Amino acid sequence: MRVDLFIPCFVDQLAPRVGLATAKVLRGLGHEVAFREAQTCCGQPSFNSGHWDVAREAALRALDVFRGAEAVVGPSASCVAMMRKFYPEVLAGHPRAAEAADLAGRTFELGEFIVRRLGVTDVGARWEGKATYHDGCHGLRELGLRREARALLGAVRGLTLIEAEEQETCCGFGGLFSVKYPMISTAMAQVKSDALVRTGADIVVSSDPSCLLQIGGYLGRQGKAVRTLHLAEVLASR
Amino acid sequence: MSPAPRDRFLEDAAAATADDPQRGFLRGALGGYYASRDVQKARYRDWEKARDAAALAKWTAVNRLDRNLARFEEAFVRNGGVVHWARDAAEARAIILGICREAGARSVIKSKCMTTEEIHLNDALEAEGFGVVESDLGEFIQQLRKEPPFHFVFPCMHLRRDAISELFGKHLGTPPTDSPEELTMIARRHLRDLYLRADIGISGANFLVAETGQVSITENEGNARLTCALPRVHIALAGIEKVIERLDDLAVLLPMLATAGAGQPMTCYNTLYAGPRRAGEADGPEAFHVVLLDNRRTALLADPEQRDALHCIRCGACLNVCPIFKNIGGFAYGTTYQGPIGSVITPHLRGLRNWNHLSGASSLCGACTEACPVRIDLHHHLLRNRRNAVRAHGGWADRLFHRAFGWVIARPRLFSLGGRLFRAALPVLRRLPLPYLRPWLRTRTLPEAAEPSFRQQAKEVLR
Ligand code: SF4
Repeated sequence: MRVDLFIPCFVDQLAPRVGLATAKVLRGLGHEVAFREAQTCCGQPSFNSGHWDVAREAALRALDVFRGAEAVVGPSASCVAMMRKFYPEVLAGHPRAAEAADLAGRTFELGEFIVRRLGVTDVGARWEGKATYHDGCHGLRELGLRREARALLGAVRGLTLIEAEEQETCCGFGGLFSVKYPMISTAMAQVKSDALVRTGADIVVSSDPSCLLQIGGYLGRQGKAVRTLHLAEVLASR
Repeated sequence: MSPAPRDRFLEDAAAATADDPQRGFLRGALGGYYASRDVQKARYRDWEKARDAAALAKWTAVNRLDRNLARFEEAFVRNGGVVHWARDAAEARAIILGICREAGARSVIKSKCMTTEEIHLNDALEAEGFGVVESDLGEFIQQLRKEPPFHFVFPCMHLRRDAISELFGKHLGTPPTDSPEELTMIARRHLRDLYLRADIGISGANFLVAETGQVSITENEGNARLTCALPRVHIALAGIEKVIERLDDLAVLLPMLATAGAGQPMTCYNTLYAGPRRAGEADGPEAFHVVLLDNRRTALLADPEQRDALHCIRCGACLNVCPIFKNIGGFAYGTTYQGPIGSVITPHLRGLRNWNHLSGASSLCGACTEACPVRIDLHHHLLRNRRNAVRAHGGWADRLFHRAFGWVIARPRLFSLGGRLFRAALPVLRRLPLPYLRPWLRTRTLPEAAEPSFRQQAKEVLR
């Protein structure tokens, strides 16, 4: 299958390794991987801030950018949720609403794509150590993903998965919420990160790079040695 | 002048989030609730289908509200009661004060009712010289503390037992105790006399049954039964959205209210009140009034996108699972209804301009929506409130920022260039923080700038 990558803007700029790992995993499964350079940001920051007109323009652009793609796969449940759930919402009543619904059906989060669409759980990865997994809220509640990432991690050789307390608790990122209400956002990061650290895991894995920005940033300030890794990075390691 | 709600919110939220022991206490208290809720949920054959049924019952009630209210009035009057219609809080207060005066009343006993908090009834009654006593244990405690409820279902959940014991010692002169049963008994002994002396009992209503003209009240302590049955006059104050069509609807709504809100299979007492005492009956009030309150609920009804917020059965489940509530507590909201449902409806009830900050104060995690037994689209309504606020009175700077952002992301080359500049500047930015970066950097680090970007590498890698 030909897979078109959907790389979140901040992964593109600040964590390109996550995009590279995503490409590597998909290629390893025998698929052709492409990146359409016209893509930028999905528009979520403006959408969440109430500027739906800006988000609508971003949505219309994305319809053009990903026209004809068989499968659009992104290493971020949050950005995929924007495309799948909220593009149809901002384009409700728009002449191109049907196209948005169509794109929604062709867009997948990485773990979801591998497990549900391809029917694969073992991608041949190896990682020695103890890991804990953080569910991003968009993956959990907008996309209904719970078992996909765990199935994939469960098949990684050498990896022991330890579930944390506060498993389904939000990390407190929430986009611009994290800077508009920093005290609440930080309190949430603290509750979440403490629970993750208590597992004794060496790495914190998530399907959402934005959650990792928050958790990693908080742990960094606290001087904790726990590393944060995107699911794709673990799946790409041999 | 008191500070604007938003400034007060920021200040109170900062103080509450800095109080680690109190946050830990709340988490612990809610931990017990999660455990019992899960046990009870598992006893449903299909919880999700039960949610569908509960949502449908409320949808039907709310979308035919005009007819259902008229039917309720007709049936309740047939049962011997009196119905009053109040457009806003002032009208509701006037109606209730009028009833109290006409009855020649001196003292009022109340069972738990958030709607009376909404209209600030106690202050109005006291200002007219009526003695008012809350009979629900939690509300009684909050009344002694001169504090509003912390949580609209568990008014004093923020208090440890020793604080309650101390409070009783100070006000009632009782010796210190650590036993919850003993604390309950102290309150009961104190309240018993007051029930007998009260002329008026004021309650809320969990549901108003249109079909039968009954008022359904749910409680755990038996205090509402005494409040409704002992005084000469019973007044129930209810928002208009409390009406349901059929008596049968309670078969799903009552257990779901108990399980979602408190982790109980059923609340201890579920009573249907069908009018005042009739000839030959042994107890019940001589007169029974229902005051139906609008107070801008019809404005919410007129909004097809968010009308489902009127489905709310005030179970409190959304607060119990909300990480914002758990970290800032109930007081910081500064509203009658705290937590996610409060953040959704307060802008509608009290104005978007002053209350939209509550819609902004959410990471949109969706735990509330997942918990809501009547399937209110809570966290998405916060997004809709934000959009409405930008449209109605967005600031120019904010608009300019997002317009500029939209302009850049529509131009991949410019976006790429902007990204390069940002990455080049990052080492400096981390030390010389800009307005949006400072609040982040105070408690969190930023990743090192990666070089080059994915799009720069993609050309090579994906060939
Ligand atoms: S919004 Fe839903 S969960 Fe929250 S109090 Fe109302 S019914 Fe309960």
